[in-house]
Amino acid sequence: MSEAVTKTSRTKIFLRRIARKLSLPQKIMGLVLLILLIFFVFLPAVNLIYTAFSFSYSDRVLPQVIERGITPTPGRFTLIHLERVLFSPLTKNMFLIPLLNTILITAGLTIIALSFGSVLAWLIVRTDLPGKRIFANLATIPYIIPAWPIALAWLNIFKNTKVGGTPGLFEYLFRVTPPDWLSYGPIPIIICLSLHYYSYAFITVSGALATIDSRLEETAELLGASKWQVMRKVTLPLVLPSILSAFILTFSRGIGSFGTPAFLGMPVHFFTLSTQLYSNIKNNLSGDAYVIALVMILMSGISIYMNVKVIGARKSFVTISGKGFKAKPVALGRWKYIILIILIIFIILGVFTPLYVLTWQSLMEQDGNYSLRNFTLHFWIGRSDELNRKGILIGEGQAGILRNPMMLNGVWNSIKLALYAAFFTSFLGIIIGYAIVRDRGSLLSKLNDALSFAPYIFPGIAFGAVYLTMFAKPIGPIPALYGTFAILVLVSVAKHVPYSSRTGTAAMMQVNKELEEAGELQGAGFLKRFVKIIFPLTRNGFVAGFMLSFITVMRELSLVVLLVTPKTKVLTTMIYYYAEIGFHQFGDAITMLIVIISLSGTVIIRRFQKTDLAKGIGG
Amino acid sequence: MAKTAKIKIENLTKRWGNVEAIKNMNLTIEEGDFITLLGPSGCGKTTTLRSIAGLEEPSGGRIYLDGKLVFSKEEEISIPPSRRNLGLVFQSYALWPHMTVFENIAFGLKIKKLPKNEIERMVLKTLSDMKLEGYENRYPQELSGGQQQRIAIARMIINRPDIYLMDEPLSNLDAKLRVDMRAELKELHQKSGATTVYVTHDQVEAMTMSTKICIMRDGRMHQVGSPEEVYRKPVDLFVADFISNPKMNFFEGRLISKGGNPVIEAAGFELKVDPRTVGNIETFTVAVRPEDFFITEKGVEYTVTNQLPAGSSTIVIVERGNDKISLLFEGHFKTATGSKIRLSVKEGLFNLFDKGTGKRIY
Ligand SMILES: Nc1ncnc2c1ncn2[C@@H]1O[C@H](COP(=O)(O)OP(=O)(O)OP(=O)(O)O)[C@@H](O)[C@H]1O
Ligand SMILES: [Mg+2]
Repeated sequence: MSEAVTKTSRTKIFLRRIARKLSLPQKIMGLVLLILLIFFVFLPAVNLIYTAFSFSYSDRVLPQVIERGITPTPGRFTLIHLERVLFSPLTKNMFLIPLLNTILITAGLTIIALSFGSVLAWLIVRTDLPGKRIFANLATIPYIIPAWPIALAWLNIFKNTKVGGTPGLFEYLFRVTPPDWLSYGPIPIIICLSLHYYSYAFITVSGALATIDSRLEETAELLGASKWQVMRKVTLPLVLPSILSAFILTFSRGIGSFGTPAFLGMPVHFFTLSTQLYSNIKNNLSGDAYVIALVMILMSGISIYMNVKVIGARKSFVTISGKGFKAKPVALGRWKYIILIILIIFIILGVFTPLYVLTWQSLMEQDGNYSLRNFTLHFWIGRSDELNRKGILIGEGQAGILRNPMMLNGVWNSIKLALYAAFFTSFLGIIIGYAIVRDRGSLLSKLNDALSFAPYIFPGIAFGAVYLTMFAKPIGPIPALYGTFAILVLVSVAKHVPYSSRTGTAAMMQVNKELEEAGELQGAGFLKRFVKIIFPLTRNGFVAGFMLSFITVMRELSLVVLLVTPKTKVLTTMIYYYAEIGFHQFGDAITMLIVIISLSGTVIIRRFQKTDLAKGIGG
Repeated sequence: MAKTAKIKIENLTKRWGNVEAIKNMNLTIEEGDFITLLGPSGCGKTTTLRSIAGLEEPSGGRIYLDGKLVFSKEEEISIPPSRRNLGLVFQSYALWPHMTVFENIAFGLKIKKLPKNEIERMVLKTLSDMKLEGYENRYPQELSGGQQQRIAIARMIINRPDIYLMDEPLSNLDAKLRVDMRAELKELHQKSGATTVYVTHDQVEAMTMSTKICIMRDGRMHQVGSPEEVYRKPVDLFVADFISNPKMNFFEGRLISKGGNPVIEAAGFELKVDPRTVGNIETFTVAVRPEDFFITEKGVEYTVTNQLPAGSSTIVIVERGNDKISLLFEGHFKTATGSKIRLSVKEGLFNLFDKGTGKRIY
């Protein structure tokens, strides 16, 4: 046998081995994926750290630089940003207060959203409440639409004239100016975010409750435990992992939330880390901004690490699904109707009012005038030269969103972005799925798995910020991308890699490896197998993944807000713009447009994937 | 000159981390053989089959097909499965659920870019050979297990491979269908003459169908031989036990001298042996198959404690002190439970094993 080895030289054998490894499709895909992930996930992360610890061109105006007479050669290592953010007179305003605000909001939001969502889940899954299905569907609406429309609606109702601008609905109706704490700042932010994030807890916990084998509970009851004891000693421990998981999920998302604190906090100079980061970037303080970004990533990284520790696996951010043994519902007795009424009121106020108020506001000729005579369709379909009764141009001479070329450009950009991103994301999902599942156990597969999870811990605003500096100049084969449409697509695809990786691996796991091997034995090459066997069998997952990313990208604000330019602006950033300048009707009309697109997209997803929403988590 | 073997496996090993699924396996399979890989679950049968097919990369060793080296770890040679000219029926059948029966069977022919009418003719012919006419437009999920199994076979044979590999194709079928399919598969092999490697953990299946049986355990090959050989001359206790249905009877045996002749005394029986085969060993493990006892006036008295009639045969459990024996009798057994019978072992139909190594002595 050693004869054979000497016959064929060792290098030749080595080359053969490489060639053979490289001819395996899962290896090729794994390598391609690794390169992509290095470029669009790993390098941005490195770049973030690098930027936080080096001078940039704009740093020459920093007082610390001028006082100490340092020459801030761009790119040179420095701790000045760290010092400015963490140990300087600026620290209090630039870091400590935003940090405390972030913690305050996140804690408040987590507690409210979690307890409300869990109780609601229990009521709907486990009791004899009438109309459970309807409630279940209505309660998931906030999950489908983005978080910030609620904040816009809040502003609309509770804004006061003290900060300036037109009065809100509350002031209009009751002739009382609402106090500042009700109009802006932590309380409205917490309430608005809770109205969105409770749906996550609701979905996670109801999923867990529905899968509990109720025989476990019945056994406890047979052993003489009271309903309350069963709940405390059996049910709660069983759903505790999912509650914890929802807790940490909500927490890490709370840290990164941007739109709501921006709309409800910035007008009164109430900053969180995410809005502080945004304003630092806008003020050319990117080094400082990146130190803040690092802190945010650290915080959400820790919370996810805890999640993994507690739940024991990375898939803890996947909600459980399956069929448990159906339990006999708990009788609510005379509480039934009280709870029913409370729920109806909640659905009306918490779910429908924001949508209704935004629609209404988009139909007002003059903001703040809620009388019927003020009704107009101008902001939807009006022409630019439309005059009102007093002969003044409505909407300052801007046509309604459905016939305004500038707005339609935004609509088109949004749709284009969502389509491109969804296409690449779902395509990538299949590649990731194949590379990870078919090569399970190899180093390459593990590396890809870990790297594709990494964007999950980046808050959207931080991820956008990284891309901003990273691709401002050409790197390697990639030209400078700032201001291009491509960078929006790139950042959206990269940020969604964790989701596409999850759907992709799940879809690929469902395809028994032997189905592909049977094709291989029949002489089908990889492409043939892919087109004829793998793709048809994963198609539903692909379509659902496509729609899910479509909706998520469509409503993404924090990720792209730093990256758009007038040419590439999308619907969400236009809303942000209009909210900032106080031109609400347009913003509201566009918001409603996004809401409509999100809701109809979800209906389509459900058709393709006959499962409930609990299976997929959007942004 | 010796004829080249159809399949030759040399020093094959396969490891997954610490799990050694195949340990240094050597096996030669001649053209036209129907060889069965037989062994308990997890012994490495599927892994062996997949290594031959090229779907699994062994950790070491070589594989030759028709004398041609298709795999060698040392030389980093591995011919892809599609160029090994073999067909495989998976344990799960691996029928494509999104294709009709016709499309499933025609897949390989379409890859070869055969003309359409030729494909149609061949598929319909194969379907009729497999008694599946009229099912071509159904989806696999709409068929019974036996029909699915035949489609999996049809999909394999239509490409006319040199070698058929089948991984427990009958394990998902009910008992009746399994017996029918055994006959069909045997017939298929006889008609096509294709070398067949067949995996099963059912020893009856192996005995009825194979020309050769390869018995494996824990990734190691214990014995390769004809059904008759492994049945009559099992190399060790494991093979003896595994190939027996119902369970083999094992007794402790002692060499004694009876009237000057050496005999083995075990469970009351006295078994005649040739002194040359036993040499100077004194104690043995004696194995007697349940079917190798008979009732005779001169036999040893045992009490019937249980009866398990199965129509054509009856398993009878008898006891005598600490000795317990399973017997297999043709037809109906007429003696009542509790009564006594006198038994003897058929002349020469027993095996002796070394108590230490478990290897067969006689
Ligand atoms: N992909 C794998 N990774 C790790 N271990 C494996 C893998 N595939 C098989 N094994 C292990 O290798 C051993 C042999 O497996 P194999 O599938 O060949 O058994 P088998 O004889 O076909 O069993 P069965 O009769 O149950 O099908 C088992 O111990 C199994 O656990
Ligand atoms: Mg097997």
